Amino acid sequence: MSNSPQRILSPLARARGAGSAHHGAGHWLHQRITALANIPLMLWLVWSVVHMQDWNYAAVSLWLAQPINAILMILAVLSTFYHAALGAQVVVEDYIHHPGFKMVKLIGLRLFFIAAAVASVFSILKVAFAG
Amino acid sequence: MTPEKPLSPHIQIYRWEITMLASILHRAAGIALAAGTVLLVWLLLALASGPVAYECFHKFITSPVGTVLLLGWTGALFFHMGNGFRHLVMDTGRGYSVVAAKRSAFAVFVFAVLMTLLVWFVACPWQ
Repeated sequence: MSNSPQRILSPLARARGAGSAHHGAGHWLHQRITALANIPLMLWLVWSVVHMQDWNYAAVSLWLAQPINAILMILAVLSTFYHAALGAQVVVEDYIHHPGFKMVKLIGLRLFFIAAAVASVFSILKVAFAG
Repeated sequence: MTPEKPLSPHIQIYRWEITMLASILHRAAGIALAAGTVLLVWLLLALASGPVAYECFHKFITSPVGTVLLLGWTGALFFHMGNGFRHLVMDTGRGYSVVAAKRSAFAVFVFAVLMTLLVWFVACPWQ
């Protein structure tokens, strides 16, 4: 934080907290916040699956149609998919070195997880409002 | 005469450590879980689409291939969860001594195996 002539960041970039990666600590922090949220949400999901009365269509639909289950499932999908997108982004950044191919992979990953999240939330709501 | 300098570790000269195994498996489990989201999306889409679509998913997930995938997903989930918790603790600056890092890595493996066994063989949903 000294004003030495060697510093690379402009004063504005330093004020924003954006380092060489240009997005600051946002990615790091979002990964941690979703990680914390994922722990109870995934424990709930596994617990629910284990305690499901039956695994047929009627029983699972009835379970998902319960408001508390629908809400928790939407939260679980959003939190885990966002966490997965952030993690997959780091893997691509680490291992794919060709700039063009890297950009294609990063955009593709983001589009995939957005599509997966939208499809999941819509499906949950359809089951919840129909039941 | 040049003095002998320490050589940097080469990729072919290393010893497996439990901390490094935990680190590698954390990323592998994360990739597996990210791929496993496809199964969750399939389940939710099938539920929204109706009994016929659900039957198709149910048939797959209870088949040998589906069961192995689900078992692997359970193991990956609990390993990633345990080691993720370990990383969150380390983010606060704790547990960085060699002994503590090895011990916590070992604890994560025990947690993952015990939780997977608990889910599959104690609270087994297909019994």
